Parts: sequence; C-alpha cells; structure tokens
Amino acid sequence: MTEPDLLFRVLGDPTRRALFQRLARGGEHTVHALTAGAGVSQPAVSKHLAVLKAAGLVRDRRAGRETHYSAEPGALAPLADWMTLYGAFWEGRIDRLEDLLKRMDQ
Amino acid sequence: MTETPSTGTQSVVVERDLPHPPEKVWRALTVQPLIEDWLMANDFEPTVGHRFTLRTSPVGGWNGIIDCEVLAVEPPTTLSYSWASMGLRSVITFTVAPTPAGTHLRMVQSGFPSDAVQNIRGAEYGWNNFLNRLEATVAKA
Repeated sequence: MTEPDLLFRVLGDPTRRALFQRLARGGEHTVHALTAGAGVSQPAVSKHLAVLKAAGLVRDRRAGRETHYSAEPGALAPLADWMTLYGAFWEGRIDRLEDLLKRMDQ
Repeated sequence: MTETPSTGTQSVVVERDLPHPPEKVWRALTVQPLIEDWLMANDFEPTVGHRFTLRTSPVGGWNGIIDCEVLAVEPPTTLSYSWASMGLRSVITFTVAPTPAGTHLRMVQSGFPSDAVQNIRGAEYGWNNFLNRLEATVAKA
C-alpha cells in the first residue's frame, strides 16, 4: 500500500497531476500522445510517468516500440483516509487546547 | 468524516463543551503564544486578509509548513482561515458559542466552499475539482 504522503508528493506536481488526470479519464495512451499537450518535452513526460508508475498510480504495457500507459485508480485508496487522519489530528490538538485553558488566567 | 450536502466536499468536525467563558476560549484561538501552545508555532494576526504560516517539525515527505489566510474574525464567536499544505487547500472554521456551563466549541475543516471556488486561482481550482473526482473514484473502488 502506498503511503498518502507519497501520493500527495507525487500528485503535488502540476505536470504529473495533469498527466494522471488525463490517464484517469480512461484508456491507454502512448508517451508520444501524452507529450502532445503536456507542455513539456517527451523525456520529461517519460520521467514523470516513471514517478507515477513507481507510486503505483499508473501501469505500463510494452507493445513493439511503444509503451502504453493507463491509470491505476485503486492506488488512490489511501487518500480516502486523509480526512480521517485530520480528524485524529484535531481531536489531539483540541485536547491540548483544553489543557491550555486550565492553565490560563480568566 | 461527514459529507457536506451543499458542496459535496468532505469535512472534519470536532465539537467540545468547555467549562470556560467564550472570551477566554477566543484568546486561546487568536493570541500567538497561546496558539503555539496547543496548535503550532505561528505568526497569526486576527485581521481578515492576514497571511500567516503554522509551522511544525517536518515529517516524512512533508515540510511541516501550513500556509494560511485569515478569512473571518468575529470576536468572540467565529474565526476562519484557509489552510494549504501539500497542494491541498481547505478551510478551518472555529465557532465559539456560550452555554450555561461555559462554551461550546466547534471546529470544522472543510473543502473549499463552492461559492468561493470561482475566486481561487486556476491551478487550485483544478486541484479541488480533482480531489472531488478522486473521492468519487475512491468511493466506487
């Protein structure tokens, strides 16, 4: 299971996020097709795709001289927990606030 | 974790009854050294539009910095600020209400409200949309 902070870091980059969003709309896309409209060079796109793949967000399939990429939406499941994590964070901080209030003057 | 029907974004809600007067709770929420005591080191000022950071120790891939902007200050009842970290933007709202025994404190962290989305710059707008879709995707998975 990929850690949420890794997913946030990987998807925090706007170019990578755009590539992933494009793949998440469905289907397989070649690096060549993904480069068109990405606003960066093909080597840069390949590098971003490698990072997305390492994070488990995309998969690739080699066919002849082309590599076809598609999204792996199940990899986003850890992000569903981020609100739960924030819930625990705030409960802990409000506990500390209560403690502070006991120590404060009126 | 609760669903906000109007926007479809998710919120974190923490509520607490406190045996202290609202004015005292308000000070704990709005005075720099007091905020640092329970939340994080900060350069908060109770002025709408003031930008500040909350800082804690870096953890893993996170730099420990939260960029904030004061959105609402209505002493001693309502304090709201934006909260941006790791490319995710949300809104924190504290509501302080008097009760016979002291104060009822409500903290809500919510996705950006839809009526404010048009004011957000393009990239952030895209990211919020993306998150909404992401949540829908995860819900189906």
